[in-house]
Amino acid sequence: MLEQDVNQLAGHLFRHESGKMAAVLTRIVGLQNLDLAQDLVQDTLLKAINTWKIKGIPENPSAWLYTVAKRKALDAIRQKKIHHQIESDLAKAFQSEWTMAPAVQHLFFEHEIEDSQLRMMFACCHPAIPYESQIALTLKTLCGLSVSEIAHSFLTNEETITKRLYRARERIREDKIDLEIPSPQTLMLHLETVLHTIYLLFTQGYNSSHPDQLIRHDLCEEAMRLCLLLIKKTMTNIPTVRALMALMCFQASRSDARLDGNGSIILLQYQNRVLWNRPLIEKGNEYINASAAGEEISEYHLEAAIAACHANAPSFEATNWKRIFRLYELLSKIKSDPIVELNKAIALGFSESPQKGIESLCAIKGLADNSIYHAAMGDFLQQISKTLQAKKHYQLALDLTKSKSEIELLQKKINALASPIP
Amino acid sequence: MEKYMFIFIGGDPSHLSPEAQQAHMQKWFAWVEKLTNEKRYVSGEALLPGGKTIKGSKKAVTDGPFAEGKEVVGGFFVVTAKDLNEATEMAKACPDYELGGIVEVREVMKFDAA
Repeated sequence: MLEQDVNQLAGHLFRHESGKMAAVLTRIVGLQNLDLAQDLVQDTLLKAINTWKIKGIPENPSAWLYTVAKRKALDAIRQKKIHHQIESDLAKAFQSEWTMAPAVQHLFFEHEIEDSQLRMMFACCHPAIPYESQIALTLKTLCGLSVSEIAHSFLTNEETITKRLYRARERIREDKIDLEIPSPQTLMLHLETVLHTIYLLFTQGYNSSHPDQLIRHDLCEEAMRLCLLLIKKTMTNIPTVRALMALMCFQASRSDARLDGNGSIILLQYQNRVLWNRPLIEKGNEYINASAAGEEISEYHLEAAIAACHANAPSFEATNWKRIFRLYELLSKIKSDPIVELNKAIALGFSESPQKGIESLCAIKGLADNSIYHAAMGDFLQQISKTLQAKKHYQLALDLTKSKSEIELLQKKINALASPIP
Repeated sequence: MEKYMFIFIGGDPSHLSPEAQQAHMQKWFAWVEKLTNEKRYVSGEALLPGGKTIKGSKKAVTDGPFAEGKEVVGGFFVVTAKDLNEATEMAKACPDYELGGIVEVREVMKFDAA
């Protein structure tokens, strides 16, 4: 606290604490009572605002919040507002006034909070819930985002998000989903959907064309926070989880270099590598090394390995394109996605010859309206001096992109083609 | 310098997201810091909602005050100001107006001037 300004709360304190308290309180009242748990969180935060705004920040803001939340939890237990679908030993403890307080107290210890968050993560990302509802529910309950904030991050309206949340609640009710840690037999299946949701959340932050950079940053940060929680817990700290964490570290390390002043994406090739975040790359390297244990090679392993090649390359030209091509070859076997094919073709063009790149690009279906596809085609054609065809593809790329920096770049390339060689 | 009381009424942040609630509180901290730095802030208390109301010669006790949420007194500051005009200007910096909040500015009576 000494370093920190006494009049400044830690960034996102309310958002993060509301996610933690929601997880703990839901464990107390039952997942079928999620609304009640969220009301209790809301009441706790309101009490904090009304007091703190006048009396200032207490010495330990989190502990202050937990004290209020505990009291509200005990009131809810005494008023028998808990759902019968809660852990049996908690249900037993809540039956007597003597044991309920220590039981509630215990749930607010740090490791138990994390345990509740983990349970909540498995519940929000239950395979029975559609992915987009999983993401909305995760952001709402675990990350403490409001419906309007979620709608804003996904460039959609509040009604859509409310519907997605409704669908999630419906599945929780009808499938009687509990706040539990999956059994060892089903853990991998559940963990897979959790990882996929975290990955989608991160991608939304990283690749979206959202005009607000802060929102994108927040989504990436939340995804990494959730993944870190999985790494902290022995049961879920498996190689695939570390691989996803590595991938996110590498991607996030470039976030300062990949946007221009207008928020448009700067392609890897043209990024200023000095702006890449070295400590994050080092973290990524640590996680990717730790992900090598075990036999499974997931898509996260491959994507992280590709990202590692880029992150550790001194320059675009000095990139190990042969290795990247081989990794994309493996990836395309487990992930059918034209973007993977596009990247594979580009890697081949750099590692072998422009001609090979062109041939591979021509073989890809479904990217006729992708500006990067046409830009890559233009680059390879220009390298083998097929100027007219190169110009045609640059022009197509130009018509397809909205990014200001890409438009400028493509315009420059077209102009260079037109000017006679001195 | 005279003493004035700012009485804070209403101002409901419950529709805001946790992030926005924190940002709103941060505005209060900045305001209090400014009043403190200018040596205007004397004291302040926050009031819990609810309580009891006692009325009449029979001292009838009821729950409440039964005010609408927007009329509940949430707390007060005591500050110093040159006159009522200056105190009023100071109170205009309260962050709660955007949430429908009201501030009552009252001069604290001096005993010897009564």
